Amino acid sequence: MSLEKVVFSFFILLALTLNFGFVLGEFDNPDHHHSYELLAVIVVNLIATVLKFGDRTQTGALLLASSLVAVLQLLVAGVVWAYAAHVSATGVDAVMMASIVSLAAGALLANIVSVVLVIIDTVNLRR
Amino acid sequence: MNKVIFLFLRRMRTPLLVLIGAYTVSGVGLLLIPGMDDQGEPWRMSIFHAFYFLSYTATTTGFGEVPHAFTDAQRMWVTFSIYLTIVAWLYAIGKILTLIQDPAFRQALGSHALDRAVRRMKEPFYIVCGHGDTGSMLVRAMVQRGRHAVVIDYDPDRINDLELADLTLHVPGLLGDASVSRHLKAAGLLHPLCRGVVALTDDEEANLKIAITSKLLNPELPVICRAHTRSTEDNMASFGTDHIINPFDAFGERLGLALRSPGLYLLREWLTSVPGSPLQEPVHPPRGTWILVGFGRFGKAVRRAMVAQGLSTVVIEIDPSRAGCDGPCVEGRGTEADTLRLAGIDQAVGLVAGTEQDTNNLSVIMTARDLKPDLFMIARQNHCDNQDLFDAARPALVMRSSEMIVESILAHLGNPLLARFLLLSLGRGEAWANELLSRISGVTDERVPEVWRVHVTAKGAPALHALIREGHPVTLGQLLEAGQARYAILNCVPLMLCRGGEERLTPSEDTLIEQGDRLLLCGRPRAADYLHHLLRDQQALRYLVTGDNRPDGWIWRMLGMGRPEPAAGPDRDR
Repeated sequence: MSLEKVVFSFFILLALTLNFGFVLGEFDNPDHHHSYELLAVIVVNLIATVLKFGDRTQTGALLLASSLVAVLQLLVAGVVWAYAAHVSATGVDAVMMASIVSLAAGALLANIVSVVLVIIDTVNLRR
Repeated sequence: MNKVIFLFLRRMRTPLLVLIGAYTVSGVGLLLIPGMDDQGEPWRMSIFHAFYFLSYTATTTGFGEVPHAFTDAQRMWVTFSIYLTIVAWLYAIGKILTLIQDPAFRQALGSHALDRAVRRMKEPFYIVCGHGDTGSMLVRAMVQRGRHAVVIDYDPDRINDLELADLTLHVPGLLGDASVSRHLKAAGLLHPLCRGVVALTDDEEANLKIAITSKLLNPELPVICRAHTRSTEDNMASFGTDHIINPFDAFGERLGLALRSPGLYLLREWLTSVPGSPLQEPVHPPRGTWILVGFGRFGKAVRRAMVAQGLSTVVIEIDPSRAGCDGPCVEGRGTEADTLRLAGIDQAVGLVAGTEQDTNNLSVIMTARDLKPDLFMIARQNHCDNQDLFDAARPALVMRSSEMIVESILAHLGNPLLARFLLLSLGRGEAWANELLSRISGVTDERVPEVWRVHVTAKGAPALHALIREGHPVTLGQLLEAGQARYAILNCVPLMLCRGGEERLTPSEDTLIEQGDRLLLCGRPRAADYLHHLLRDQQALRYLVTGDNRPDGWIWRMLGMGRPEPAAGPDRDR
């Protein structure tokens, strides 16, 4: 067991769990989704992405790609939120919340793929 | 490119993590610490504002406190976070700068640039292994003739020399051992446009390995090698190396030619030197007894040539038994007057200073000149750097191995027709050579002429080809006259005409040119470009040869098709 592997898996799992936690709740209800939670998801996803840099294997490339997808979706969600809260006249209403959560849900899928890939990789390693 | 990106990403992992961490810690702090708005109401920063504020403080831009003035608690936290984020940024930027200067990264970047340069080669090129004296001279001469090259050398200084050399074409340089097949492949050994490999490293073993590697991986490719010993030469020949150059033997052959026929020797020198350099003066090595100082590989080659021409030689050698002297021989260095006198300098007509030490060779020449000023002297120059000294010592002939090798390679690579011409010319007499020499010197004004070939086909000379196909007889004289009428500088001498299997040396002016003929011409540098242009300019050539001025351009040609051919215009300059 190496510390590097623990940290790596920890952040990838944490990215998934936080993402799931943010998406959980009534789809378009602003009360069920908190901006700090989205912030945490973005930060953890960024860290997970950076941790995946520089791996030249095929799995490594897929992992990096899935993380990049997640980060892209989450950043767009963050920008939409900032726009809704500060620029748009309506504020964070049900319409805006729906699009933010759907973007985050897309990121959730990418994070699931990441975790599945890590599990597959580990299982292959055991053999 | 992959390698470069991955290396970059891997090295950037820690700095990026540090940066993300610093932003997160400072950002979370800003979110948590309560503030106060204009009306004194409690207020909390939003994520967007926190990110905005951090973005401009961390990068030291600094816009002030937005959206409301901060409380002291907020200011304390901001003070801390400014230092935190700035240190994180400095660390990240420092890492990037170190990475860029990192030798491993630079090498990855360099090899990537080379890969791309080789992959994008659009014209035929040669791989030159070794960029020392000989290699750099060869590359320069090749580039001057518009040929592309890729250089491999294990010495970073020499690759730097290549980058600093003022060459008109881009010559990619690969840093690495040329005898490693991976490097040869990277330099384009398997590239469809690669036309040959030239092995010029100073290591015989490496040259051998390069030749074997090239012949195994790409058997079709011509391989040219430099060899200094007979055994290497035989070894290289055994697996089909196309051209093996031994500079000493090459010089021996030339010396033999100079002794036998100074005219033919001079013709060869003129046609194979680098175009544009000053023409060499004629040399007339005298017949009689020669003194050879130094009996190594060079001395032996010279002696073979002299004995073949029926000259007698006396050898001066430090260790005659080890060198294997088998004729009249004097033991000594040759740099002192005593030894030279002992060898019979009073009766000798010539002297060859051919040791491996440039200093000794120069010293021999100076001593001998003191003893007998009218001696014909040949010196061997081993190092490029001593050029000035040899120029000042003024021996009648200087043998520079790198120059011998380069000329031999150029003659081989450059122009098969020229090589054939030089071979055939050996069968001609002195009178023929002298007459041709005077014709060449008439057109080139004291500069080495350029030698080029013209292939009379629809591709090689479209205008001329079209004219002949239409049934206009064009003689060689007419063509040359047309060239001169169009461009004053276009003055050239035909050296050879090949038609099918027939090869005619110095064809006469009234020879009719036929389709498929190959012509070898020589003239001033740049004359080739002008002739090339004329042979493509249908209207000009037609007018100059037949006096017939036809409409030019596709539309005019279409319009003019029905009309009878107009009478010849009187003015020659369109």
